Amino acid sequence: MKLNGAQILVNCLQNEGVEHIFGYPGGAVLHIYDALDACDNIAHILVRHEQGAVHGADGYARVSGKCGVALVTSGPGLTNAVTGIATAHMDSIPMVVISGQVSSAVIGNDAFQEVDAVGITRSCVKHNFLVKDTNDLANIVKKAFHIATTGRPGPVLIDITKDTTITEIEFDGYPKSINMRSYQPETKVDAGQIDKAVALITQAKKPIIYSGGGSVIGNASEMLRSFTRHTNFPITQTLMGLGAYPATDSQSLGMLGMHGTYEANMAMHDSDCIIAVGARFDDRITGNLDKFCPYAKIIHIDIDPSSVGKTVGVDVAIIGQVNDALNALIQALKDKKLVNIDAWWKQIEQWRGVDSMAYQTKSGVIKPQSVIEALYEVTQGEAIVTSDVGQHQMWAAQYYPFDKPRRWINSGGLGTMGFGLPAAMGAKLADPKADVACVTGEGSIQMMLQELSTMLQYDTPVKIINLNNGYLGMVRQWQEFFYEKRYAMSYMDALPDFVKLAESYGHIGIKVEKEQDLKPALIEAFKQKDRTVFVDILTDPSENVFPMIPSGAGHHEMLLAGRDEMASVNDEGLHLV
Amino acid sequence: MRHIISLQLENESGALSRVAGLFSARGFNIESLTVAPTNDETLSRMTIVSIGDDGIIEQIVKQLDKLIDVVTVTNLTATEHIERELALVKIDVNPNFRAEIDKHIDEHGGKIVDASEDTYTVEVVGKSQRVSDFLEAIDALKILEVSRTGVTGVCQKREY
Repeated sequence: MKLNGAQILVNCLQNEGVEHIFGYPGGAVLHIYDALDACDNIAHILVRHEQGAVHGADGYARVSGKCGVALVTSGPGLTNAVTGIATAHMDSIPMVVISGQVSSAVIGNDAFQEVDAVGITRSCVKHNFLVKDTNDLANIVKKAFHIATTGRPGPVLIDITKDTTITEIEFDGYPKSINMRSYQPETKVDAGQIDKAVALITQAKKPIIYSGGGSVIGNASEMLRSFTRHTNFPITQTLMGLGAYPATDSQSLGMLGMHGTYEANMAMHDSDCIIAVGARFDDRITGNLDKFCPYAKIIHIDIDPSSVGKTVGVDVAIIGQVNDALNALIQALKDKKLVNIDAWWKQIEQWRGVDSMAYQTKSGVIKPQSVIEALYEVTQGEAIVTSDVGQHQMWAAQYYPFDKPRRWINSGGLGTMGFGLPAAMGAKLADPKADVACVTGEGSIQMMLQELSTMLQYDTPVKIINLNNGYLGMVRQWQEFFYEKRYAMSYMDALPDFVKLAESYGHIGIKVEKEQDLKPALIEAFKQKDRTVFVDILTDPSENVFPMIPSGAGHHEMLLAGRDEMASVNDEGLHLV
Repeated sequence: MRHIISLQLENESGALSRVAGLFSARGFNIESLTVAPTNDETLSRMTIVSIGDDGIIEQIVKQLDKLIDVVTVTNLTATEHIERELALVKIDVNPNFRAEIDKHIDEHGGKIVDASEDTYTVEVVGKSQRVSDFLEAIDALKILEVSRTGVTGVCQKREY
């Protein structure tokens, strides 16, 4: 069969089972668009900005578990996509990004819309390819999907020169399998390490499970539940891991880290045995490394060997899929006796009694926390919630208990403002029956507003919950605490009328200024099943995210709302981000 | 501590920049880096000398191993190995101190590969230390130009 490169590419994508592509056309990809137009089983979502395409594909991948696909043109198309690619890379999201490139004959000539795509993206992809020969194309596409979706997943870029898409060759089908000598990511769990882990677990008097994004990405929810129930150990989850274990379960201590619960952080600090499951000891989790978990032996389960020992030394490393590792541990623990941990649970209940998530209400103002609580109530905890980045992100994570995985979609690693809206669009496409809420703020939402237009065109109704406090809230909070209330450029003057803005894009806008209007507005918004509704909620501008581990402090030094004065931060702390 | 890390990587364009980029992006130190094809034309051999504590070297090895183009990573310093470096050194030779220079060349096993009226080009081969020792022995003012290859090495066992 004689096909041109563009047709071969589309054939490959069909063979990979791709159903949705988020993209934006341009000169270098016109042949690809021509071939895509002739293909009726791949839906193309025409975004309004390439960053939106990549975030859309990202949200789609996080909800569906499939590989997201984005298609952009050369030059500015690619550079606009970079923030999205880096976002997916930091959170280990399987994704293939296809970019057009100028013809191979003019590469390096500073041709129109030429950039070194492979060079620019090198440090924020799992791998990338430049395709200059049509004969290589199918194999590279096969490799790209294989690399993106196996091991620790991540984005893979395929940069394709225009002549590659034009040249016709005899195409003898998409390769059925691929073997790469330099890439063998699936490792069997080492039995010796399991034995060592079991020895620590069976002696543990103050154990805790610390589960991260790997439990979600590794589809290990069921196994994590079995392991947690089997051991009766307390479990805390990272921002990226929320939902893998049900938050409303009694063994769950909630989120840990900078804005985690008192009980989770105190239990981490006092623990004598930490079982890290698909988590990477990120700085937002550990706080001051010198003060991190001083009494604990650490067992670390991770698919990526380079995650082990990167920031925190561990006692036992189990390299492999979370499912395999937990299963091996459960089997090995079956005939073993664990230490009675009633005293540990009693201590944890005391910490729980502190009620660190309590917040003070004030008449006449809407507390942002109460918005998230109302959202939880109205959606009965069943919505997919995407978020942008800042205070609203933390409140959503703290006050919306997720009981199922792939329901909480946020940019945890890179912290990308603007992620929430396009990710919500991708989420809705991945799960059209679900209620999708995008929790955002007036700062973040303005970074990707243009996707409101895409959402009308492709009929992806989501509910935008805008916590509008007129400030870049997290920046303002840090300035209040650490910069003596000098609020440099954190105030958002001249905000648009979000109701009119939503209406001008063909959606519904609701403004909420009074507390008593909050719930009726949310109920009304979610009643509108087929419409995107922008709910602009004026919230308390002075509210801060608590509890908080200030920069440079340890888990046991956290500050509680209304109970602790913000301690001055030492010089070392000020150097932290 | 100084470590010699030996890599086999796919002989593809961009592979070198992936390795070099990794070192700069993660703040790892490179003392020297050499790369060339091997007898298997699909593979390149790269030898990197880096300095760091055990934790950093472990991260370097793991991060290199994670690169898709890298086929094998060996920390030669952790095993019995041979290391070699070659330097070409152009020296200002004035008849007044030629004898002294000849003595240093002799002591360090150097070889004069080119000579003109007032210059020598000397080849020194050996462990990096030998090259450094030779350069130190010669009066700095008399060294016109130095070109060192950086370290290459192999482990001594049949297979590693």
